[in-house]
Amino acid sequence: MKIKGPIVAGVLATATIMSSAAHANRDYISIVGSSTVYPFATVVAEQFGRTTQFKTPKIESTGSGGGLKLFCSGVGVDHPDITNASRAIKKSEQEKCAANGIKDVIEVKIGYDGIVLANSKKADQMQLTRKDVFMALAKEVPGKDGKLMANPYTTWKDVNPSLPAVAIEVLGPPPTSGTRDAFVELAMEGGAKKFESLAALRKEDKKDFQKIAHTLREDGAYVEAGENDNLIVQKLQANPNALGIFGFSFLDQNSDVVQGSMVDGEAPTFDNIAEGKYPVSRPLFFYVKKAHVGTIPGIAEYLSEFTSEKAWGPEGYLADKGMIPMPDAERKQFGMDVKELKPMAMK
Amino acid sequence: MQTSKQNNSFSPEFNKRLKSRYRAEQRFKFLGIGAIFIALAFLVFLLSTVTLSGYSAFKQTYIMLDVTLDKEYFPDEDLAKGDFQGIVKKSLYSMFPDVSSRKDKRMLNGLVSKGAAFQLMDMVKEDPKLVGTSFSIWAPAKDDVDMLMKGNIDMDQAESNRRIKDKQFEWIKTLEENKRVKTRFNRTFFTSGDSREPELAGILSAVKGSLYTLVITLLLSFPMGVAAAIYLEEFAPDNKFTDLIEININNLAAVPSIIFGLLGLAIFINFWGIPRSTPLVGGLVLTLMTLPTIIIAARASLKSVPPSIREAALGVGASKIQTVFHHVLPLALPGMLTGTIIGMAQALGETAPLLMIGMVAFIVDIPGSFTDPAAALPVQVYLWADSPERAFTEKTSAAIMILLGFLVIMNAVAVYMRKKFEIKW
Repeated sequence: MKIKGPIVAGVLATATIMSSAAHANRDYISIVGSSTVYPFATVVAEQFGRTTQFKTPKIESTGSGGGLKLFCSGVGVDHPDITNASRAIKKSEQEKCAANGIKDVIEVKIGYDGIVLANSKKADQMQLTRKDVFMALAKEVPGKDGKLMANPYTTWKDVNPSLPAVAIEVLGPPPTSGTRDAFVELAMEGGAKKFESLAALRKEDKKDFQKIAHTLREDGAYVEAGENDNLIVQKLQANPNALGIFGFSFLDQNSDVVQGSMVDGEAPTFDNIAEGKYPVSRPLFFYVKKAHVGTIPGIAEYLSEFTSEKAWGPEGYLADKGMIPMPDAERKQFGMDVKELKPMAMK
Repeated sequence: MQTSKQNNSFSPEFNKRLKSRYRAEQRFKFLGIGAIFIALAFLVFLLSTVTLSGYSAFKQTYIMLDVTLDKEYFPDEDLAKGDFQGIVKKSLYSMFPDVSSRKDKRMLNGLVSKGAAFQLMDMVKEDPKLVGTSFSIWAPAKDDVDMLMKGNIDMDQAESNRRIKDKQFEWIKTLEENKRVKTRFNRTFFTSGDSREPELAGILSAVKGSLYTLVITLLLSFPMGVAAAIYLEEFAPDNKFTDLIEININNLAAVPSIIFGLLGLAIFINFWGIPRSTPLVGGLVLTLMTLPTIIIAARASLKSVPPSIREAALGVGASKIQTVFHHVLPLALPGMLTGTIIGMAQALGETAPLLMIGMVAFIVDIPGSFTDPAAALPVQVYLWADSPERAFTEKTSAAIMILLGFLVIMNAVAVYMRKKFEIKW
């Protein structure tokens, strides 16, 4: 029995494949970044791929931080053209970009996402304030004398007498998630500011203040439930006493089984978030390498698809998917910037 | 009768001990059966939940539309740029002429998938003569309508809590009365790539991505694994150095797969410059992962070839290499192939290393070569499980069923080959 034949053929075949792969030109757009923006960017990419002669962009869900790291690693076909982010680019990231020869980056704000605190429909809707949220979830809270102490509250009633006497149990994303970043920044910081002692600290030493506001309890009241928001929704159905933290689009899709809690008297509805009334909402972005426009086919067309009214407008298909559109003036501003490919200023 | 007589001839202590030994044997048997039973129960539970929530994904609701491709919808010479969405909308409005407000129109348009426009576009591209004619098409319904037809939406809930509003429900009923709604086999699921619209999402790009990845893995890991095993088993001298290699290979087989992903990212992508997200780089990484499995299986099957075969071959004057390639290897090959198939099945179900090399990505276009961006089957499961739309739940389960199907087939082939080529000494 001769075995050599197939082995040699296999090695040869692989060698051919390998050599043909090296330095191939890319004819599709490569996008990385936030898992929050992923469901919106993919809709645009799909629409773009089906209605133009360009290939459908490839979109990886790497998280905002991971995406910007890849994005800022260099110019050329080996590096992504666009990164999605559920927060603005940081100064350090801009510096990294600049150090790797990426001079002009176009910043595109696409809309807003609300972060909701929701519970099962079997229980009553919660009427929370950001101060309640901070008191229930911070690792250290100011006591009566204003000094910090380990969080003593076990039920919502302890936090605020008007809330029900159920144990505090909140399912939320882990620290790697952009949703978590935004939640601590908007809800926790917002609540912490309501304490005079902490507000004073904020003026003195912002870092110390943030450390207190951003540190969540580790005694079991806050449960890190992973990045999968569907899982949180399922767990809420099984446990009516728990609250969950996730993006508005998941509430929108599951409004028959979970309800959003009121925060500072505002319900997390599409209109309230769009009008900026609901306090826990954050902007979504993507960043484009200007040097790649014209080199990789289709970037300019992808940008114009994304910034068209039928995509990001109030009646557009992104709104159908749960993204909260920007007000008209803001949309117009960013639309113009994109058309002119105006790079953002260094921070 | 005879045994009882025999027993009686022994001392009572002996009989007692014998009984307790029998009891111990019985206990062990029951424990074993119990363990198998529990394992089977878990398996049945897993398979039945997946099947129950997934089988409905193989069906899809379609709505019949009467479309008229008026020339006014094609202002541009390029027919693909026609306003197909407009044609679909007009068809809906003509069915429900009393719908006038903007909000109601939006709701009405929400019954039919975006896929209807794509379907028309593809038809016109294929046959430009269709422009100016009228005909009927069965267009996929929107995922919410599909969920309603499959009984996953509770119409007793308050209207604001439902994805299907009262008016939409009325329209769907009217359509049903007119025999314009039907549920049939979902071909799209097997013929298209990923999509953000559940009703348009398909598994083909992931299946092809997995296929290309496995081809690379097989082409690289099988010859390399077998060659390494033959050398180590038949030619290598027995010294400290080969011991070290052996320990390392056994160790590598137990290394968490994500580490191979990190290695692949550092070497194949950053150093060699192979494009991200391609089956080529995925195959290379999975090769690293399956190599130890194949080497270990191949060495075991070489070891099981009796030394008499080698001695006989050497005895009649065959050289060492002739002995190995003419006599030992053919006898060991079935075992090696079994090991390879099991290694491949393992590679097919792997997601963690693919995460690092960018194969966890949204891929709509079906990959046509080893260097096109691609996803893989388990990655598709992961991505769909994370999507907000309710209809993706059933797609997730359906994708799991397909993945399990492939795994069962591969393992069945391994069992069949072992049975067929097994040589008893």
